[in-house]
Amino acid sequence: MRKLPDTIVQPPASARGTAGSRIAHDSAWKHVSGQARYIDDLPEPPGLLHATVGQSTQAHARIKSMDLSAVRAYPGVVAVLTVDEVPGHTDIGPVFPGDPVLAGDLVEFIGQPLFAVAATSLRAARQAAKLAKVEYEPLEPVLTTKDALAKQFFVRPSHTQQRGDPDQALAAAPHRLQAEMHVGGQEHFYLEGQACLVEPTEDAGVFVHTSSQHPSEVQKLVAGVLGLPIHEVQVEVRRMGGGFGGKETQAAPLACIAGLLARHTGRPVKYRMARSDDMVQTGKRHDFYNTYDIGFDDEGMLQGADIMVAGRCGYSPDLSEAVVDRAMFHADNAYYLGQARVVGHRCKTHTVSNTAFRGFGGPQGMMIIERAMDDIARHRGLDPLDVRKRNLYGPGRDETHYGQIVEQHVLPELIEQLEASSDYRERRQAITGFNRRSPVVKRGLALTPVKFGISFTAKHLNQAGALVHVYTDGSIHLNHGGTEMGQGLFIKVAQVVATAFQVDIDRIKVSATRTDKVPNTSPTAASSSSDLNGMAALDACETIKARLVDFAVETYAVSADEVEFANNQVRVGKDRFGWADFVQQAYMARVSLSSSGFYATPKIHYDPETGRGRPFLYYANGAACSEVVVDTLTGEYRVIRTDILHDVGQSLNPEIDIGQIEGGFIQGMGWLTTEELMYSDKGQLMTTGPATYKIPAASDAPEDFRVALLAHSPNREATVFRSKAVGEPPLMLGISVWCALRDAVASLADYRYSPPFDSPATPEQVLRAVTATRQWLADNGGDSSCKSA
Amino acid sequence: MAIIRKMVRPVIEFFLNGEPRKLSDTDPNLSILEWLRTEMHLTGTKEGCASGDCGACTVSVGVLDPGSRTLRYESVNSCIAVIGSLHGKHLVTVDVLREEPAHPVQKAMIECHGAQCGFCTPGIVMSLFTLHTARQTAPDRLAAPPSHHELLEALAGNLCRCTGYRPILEAARRACAETWTPGGTGKRFSGPDWLQDSAMIASLQRINGEKGSLRDDQGRRCDLPQTLEELRTLRATYPEARLIAGGTDLVLEITQQLKDLGHLISVERVAELQTLTIADDHLYLGAGLTYRQLHEVLPGHWPHFAPLLERLGSLQIRNRGTLGGNIGNASPIGDMPPALIALDAELELDSLDGVRRMPLADFFRDYRQTELQPHEFIRGVRAPLPKANEHLLLYKISKRLDDDISAVLGAFWLQLDNGTVSDCRLAFGGMAAIPKRADAAEQAIRGQPWNDATVAAATAALASDFKPMSDARASAGYRLQVAGNLLQRALLETGSHFDSAFPLTVTDYA
Repeated sequence: MRKLPDTIVQPPASARGTAGSRIAHDSAWKHVSGQARYIDDLPEPPGLLHATVGQSTQAHARIKSMDLSAVRAYPGVVAVLTVDEVPGHTDIGPVFPGDPVLAGDLVEFIGQPLFAVAATSLRAARQAAKLAKVEYEPLEPVLTTKDALAKQFFVRPSHTQQRGDPDQALAAAPHRLQAEMHVGGQEHFYLEGQACLVEPTEDAGVFVHTSSQHPSEVQKLVAGVLGLPIHEVQVEVRRMGGGFGGKETQAAPLACIAGLLARHTGRPVKYRMARSDDMVQTGKRHDFYNTYDIGFDDEGMLQGADIMVAGRCGYSPDLSEAVVDRAMFHADNAYYLGQARVVGHRCKTHTVSNTAFRGFGGPQGMMIIERAMDDIARHRGLDPLDVRKRNLYGPGRDETHYGQIVEQHVLPELIEQLEASSDYRERRQAITGFNRRSPVVKRGLALTPVKFGISFTAKHLNQAGALVHVYTDGSIHLNHGGTEMGQGLFIKVAQVVATAFQVDIDRIKVSATRTDKVPNTSPTAASSSSDLNGMAALDACETIKARLVDFAVETYAVSADEVEFANNQVRVGKDRFGWADFVQQAYMARVSLSSSGFYATPKIHYDPETGRGRPFLYYANGAACSEVVVDTLTGEYRVIRTDILHDVGQSLNPEIDIGQIEGGFIQGMGWLTTEELMYSDKGQLMTTGPATYKIPAASDAPEDFRVALLAHSPNREATVFRSKAVGEPPLMLGISVWCALRDAVASLADYRYSPPFDSPATPEQVLRAVTATRQWLADNGGDSSCKSA
Repeated sequence: MAIIRKMVRPVIEFFLNGEPRKLSDTDPNLSILEWLRTEMHLTGTKEGCASGDCGACTVSVGVLDPGSRTLRYESVNSCIAVIGSLHGKHLVTVDVLREEPAHPVQKAMIECHGAQCGFCTPGIVMSLFTLHTARQTAPDRLAAPPSHHELLEALAGNLCRCTGYRPILEAARRACAETWTPGGTGKRFSGPDWLQDSAMIASLQRINGEKGSLRDDQGRRCDLPQTLEELRTLRATYPEARLIAGGTDLVLEITQQLKDLGHLISVERVAELQTLTIADDHLYLGAGLTYRQLHEVLPGHWPHFAPLLERLGSLQIRNRGTLGGNIGNASPIGDMPPALIALDAELELDSLDGVRRMPLADFFRDYRQTELQPHEFIRGVRAPLPKANEHLLLYKISKRLDDDISAVLGAFWLQLDNGTVSDCRLAFGGMAAIPKRADAAEQAIRGQPWNDATVAAATAALASDFKPMSDARASAGYRLQVAGNLLQRALLETGSHFDSAFPLTVTDYA
């Protein structure tokens, strides 16, 4: 079903489970036997209360009055809190202010928390919360990106990145096209909904168990609302049942509310959102409205581009400053734009505040240029793959519109390999033949690349800490600032430690992420957690190893280069000691066997004022070739084959990396196909559960699904064992499916017309494109050869 | 009334992971999932949605079919199955699968890296455990490795957001090739023998002869009548009580709308409602038949029922949801009513007053309003068997192919004689407040040559038949356009120019 390169280069090692080995996730047995504990599975402490909130039913309104007497009187209710009872800060905006923990006199989206309830059962809390009587004075809501653009209604100022003189390049170009498109948002649909369990401590503080990608931020915000120093709050994250960016900032409000209720009642409080509340109340991937104005030559080579990306941020800034930045950084995807301007707007709407989601704006930015590649191809009668290949960055054409030089040109060769291994040309020919003869069902094919910048664009977040203890029996305890959400971070960093000490992986235990073990951590996000935490853990290991080497040199009168760690042993000159034996010796000689480690990413800088810099340490790359079948009567479709070739550098764990690639691809495909968020004209989310919001099911994955890792491609930057980040980049491989669907539709006009095709490409959207293409044919004297269709 | 009074103590009995359980004084609104997690502190089974759509809560339920001496295990969404539905059954949850050697499904899931975040995993393990168990007990299925289709059928109701499914499918394939090896002494739950423990089966047989009911301290109750007579009496005595069969829709009122239902009458155990008769000219389907059971019989007479039933809900839903529930629920987007209306099926309503019959099409009055009287229940459906010149074409259109509710369902019954439509019935779901026939379109087709011009006329007529609504599943415009295009698909499929090298649907494309 899939191929792997024959040679995964591994550091020389014979200990089990070192970097490069294909070992299973550290919780694999616990996962399959139901023993892995998530927040709602933790043993419930005595006196536990369950929390929920009352929600605004208006998108934009002043609250005239709020009568909570029926809520308070409901059987089982123990406490009801409003913003007036918050002892500390009431604004819990993660980066910029704007997120009230509980609404004051203004509400700005349907679902906004108005008051908090704690009751003896979750059902009682939820039933009680419905009994509030709230009087609103409605205000005019802004609900769409276009409306916000027209009103210049933004949560943060707009930015521009520019290289050269795009206006002149566009005016001078032989060919010029303009287009606009809407790119849909996406619900994270982590299978484990948002949840936390907060216990009051013996002091004034709280202990928080949360399902969060950012425990340090939860700690800071909970301390803030309680009016306490940060050290009074401890936060622990053992694992998440999926995060995908949806638990980067969105877990904190729950912890703040549960923290307030716990301190108020003196009892432990669990706040687990029902799925429908989670979908209404927590942020999603930003939907975007994008436009392009591009100029190109006869061969389809871009000469100039003027691109606008406008993200719907919702009612508050949250992370939108950086999300739209990343959309701007990726409006080129893998292509040299020539003279280019990219403008990014952060539109404010009276809807839930949109947030991080795998790719963090990058995918939405890429969509506009991938659409442009297809449009150029149709306009010039070229194969879209040729247009894409021609426009790739390469030597001499390597400066992005924000001034970073693309140094590792991985894609030209990678695409060549994939084009050959997927039989792109032969299949293109076969498909064109099939489409001429098939009356209803049409096939489509597309090969699209991904180039994705690796590093947090907020420079200060590119740091990490780790803590490593070696115990006297040789067992090792590892802790770092990264959180485990299924992506395999814990096992990867453990593999780094196993490699550093050259010991079997079973000797290493990774413990839950805790703010009192490694402080001031960054979120587990931006694909960079293995890069950052792996390096921090390695730093800690190297510190301990250096002490062990010193000890060996002093004790056995050897030189430092005569001390070697290999296969669970330490070789000291001619002597060999078992790892545990040697560690015991060092302990008896009063050598410290514990160390913290730290890492800060080098080289990166970016100046938002000028829109120029080097925001990324490197780029991750990959490409996918997808084939689809489309029913031109109903718009239904299936993906029948996908080939992926992806560059993960020197893989820390090929199985884990392939899991990220496959899962990311399917998630990206879902985003662009069946996952449709729909709002009413009042701003009410209508798709509030899996009955109406359709993430891919097993049968949506291509039956023929071939994933390979690019061989012999160590990172040229000094990342941990020359690996490359893999969390987000594969999501954008899903764009190949969107392009293939459009390709299938374009076959109706013999590939001479590129229909409008907003995402998500639901069957309805596909049928709309079919209708538009037929209309174009009719208007252009074309003969639709298939009478039936 | 008398029947109820005879019962000394409301109780239900079942087995949980090989151990007998008796419940009384229990709120009948409690789902199996809530009971497992809050009362039994068995937290291996997860809540992902509480609406039966994600499968994280999947458990395996052993059922003793009438006349059978072995338990048949089926996958069930425990989040939308009420606790009373367990009476006389064996509930198996992931929590019992902790002994080494691991079950082949668990072993393969680890080897294939089939779990990432792990939250959907227990549900997936239980879906595959159920598939594995079914295959092991059916030698004819064991002979060949599972087809891709069979695996997708088992997994369509289990959403995974991390893996992209490829490793899960690979694990399923690998596991199905292996048998479950028992461990040593003291390992009672390793190996398959305990699933068919004779003492347990004897107990369940006894329990199945007893009625079972539940009542809690708030007076909320659930009755589980065994016979039509008991059901009629209960229905007449408590007209305000809610009838429940599989509960795959009703329970959403409990879990999503947070209603506390005061009185449930379960029709699940009434043997007469399981009737399935094939007569010379008609088929009689008891209201209690599940979609799973319908799938065993309907495609043999009307092939189009196979793909329809395979895309109706998920396997977990099809194991519980019933024909009567789908009709009585009267949703405009239920999939069975349009199909049965196209067949001109007749509905049987039963009560102490006797049996009433009416064409199914007449049963639906308005949005979720039917002819059913408070003291009545749906007993069954009678459908005429097909004749040589008749075609039944069923087309389900939804945003996602599997486990999705229809945006439009087109059900077309055509009688073709020498290229002319001598008679037809065109029924649609998703086009109106009720499942409804397209009278004007039928008129445009009936008696006409079966060709493009006729289909064009019928398509135009649909605009006068229907004013569909726009909602989260589709816009009004899409619904109307697709409804017409489905007539075109029907023409192509029944026409003489059909070339199997060029399939007409993406699901037929291999």
